[in-house]
Amino acid sequence: MAASERIGRWLAALASLIGGVFGAAFATVAARAATLPENRAEAMVHVYDGGGVTASGPAVLVRKSLADKVSLTGSYYLDAVSNASIDVVTTASPYNERRNEFGLAVDYAVRDSLLTLAVGASSEPDYDTRSVSLDIAQETFGGMTSVSLGFTRATDEVGKTGDPGFHDQATHWQYRVGVTQILTPKWLASVNLEAMSDSGYLGNVYRVARVFGAAVPEQVPRTRSSRAVKFRAVGDLGQRDAMHAEYRYFWDNWDIKAHTVEAGYSRYLGQSLLADGFIRYYTQSAALFYSDNAQTETTYVSRNRQLSDFDNVVVGGKLSYDWKKQPGQYDLKAHAAVELLNVKYHNFTDIRDGSLYSLRAAVLQLYLTATY
Amino acid sequence: MNTPVAASPLPLEGAPPADRRSRIRGGRLVIAWLVATMLSACAAPEPWVKPYERERLADPIMRLNRDALSAKHSEHVRDISEAARGATGVQGGGCGCK
Repeated sequence: MAASERIGRWLAALASLIGGVFGAAFATVAARAATLPENRAEAMVHVYDGGGVTASGPAVLVRKSLADKVSLTGSYYLDAVSNASIDVVTTASPYNERRNEFGLAVDYAVRDSLLTLAVGASSEPDYDTRSVSLDIAQETFGGMTSVSLGFTRATDEVGKTGDPGFHDQATHWQYRVGVTQILTPKWLASVNLEAMSDSGYLGNVYRVARVFGAAVPEQVPRTRSSRAVKFRAVGDLGQRDAMHAEYRYFWDNWDIKAHTVEAGYSRYLGQSLLADGFIRYYTQSAALFYSDNAQTETTYVSRNRQLSDFDNVVVGGKLSYDWKKQPGQYDLKAHAAVELLNVKYHNFTDIRDGSLYSLRAAVLQLYLTATY
Repeated sequence: MNTPVAASPLPLEGAPPADRRSRIRGGRLVIAWLVATMLSACAAPEPWVKPYERERLADPIMRLNRDALSAKHSEHVRDISEAARGATGVQGGGCGCK
């Protein structure tokens, strides 16, 4: 038996199993054929600038369906980073590096399920990641409910520039489940839950902590277990406009708790323009072992500001323009998106002047999308 | 005087009297009827938004992550600056970076 046929049968069996489970849970399931994502191409230029870090590069994605059952997606993403962040300028020298990321995904529609198998590889001079993920989405309850399950496993190879003797690994597992429900002809709501588990080297080989004012290598636990739950609602407001609101709660066994609230509004302007705007507020508590300047010696200590107590306000907007359209053949759109970040750290000082650190950053995305 | 139970093909030691057994059977029937009624009331509802009523929901304006690359980049920026992650609804999430 050909390998592709064998894999196809496996996927069909898995989809049948999932379908059976959902079918039992929802007594009034109406059989619906899953539809593949549309053929699509995207090309983007992205820029991040803030806190002494500039990261930019191109990204492309192409998706094409084959024989109405399978859709293939290939993607490439480049980050060219120039890093002179506060961590770098206070403990090391600014540097430049590149991160290349490749992705390949296969969507397979079988009965009323859509299965997505994806692999990815990301490469930096001192850090390589390989990942594989499987996602299953199924419509049920007469198409009013969409249920998705997903799993990702990633393995990192950690090195250290200038120290060829250093090598470590980290492994990450993510398990996710989501339900999207049609509430009314104008409103949708969804709930997503994700459990994450990390094991291995979870720190940064270059980062230092401060203990009694002295710089020491950071020590971070080698395991971490995290959970996140998100609620979201989207509604059509009736004037060719829509709004969305969402809330996410995150917690982990490093004692970090985070809340994210976002609200946004979208509106068609004329026949060719779509405008989106949103505001997002994020706040988190510090990890148990985080300290700006530890006054006791502990097994674990970190001065990673990502693990500190801070909040982040993001304001963003996007304009999408229907550039060219040939009904039944292709649809080309141009997009420009901007996000402004304002991060305030409550327990991370700029050791150059002793003040609490804060940063502002801007994110720019310019991209074209085509469906065909 | 106890009701004879030896006539039963499988005499049960300590079995309740016949009138009590009858009451128990009646009670069970009532409970079964109540459970059946409750289950029928709890049966899964019919889909209340018909396919022809979902035109507005299918409009791109109702989709938050319309463009995969844009959503991936925004998530990447958040992954590298915040400790929280996950439950984004983006397939195969994760930053794959240090």
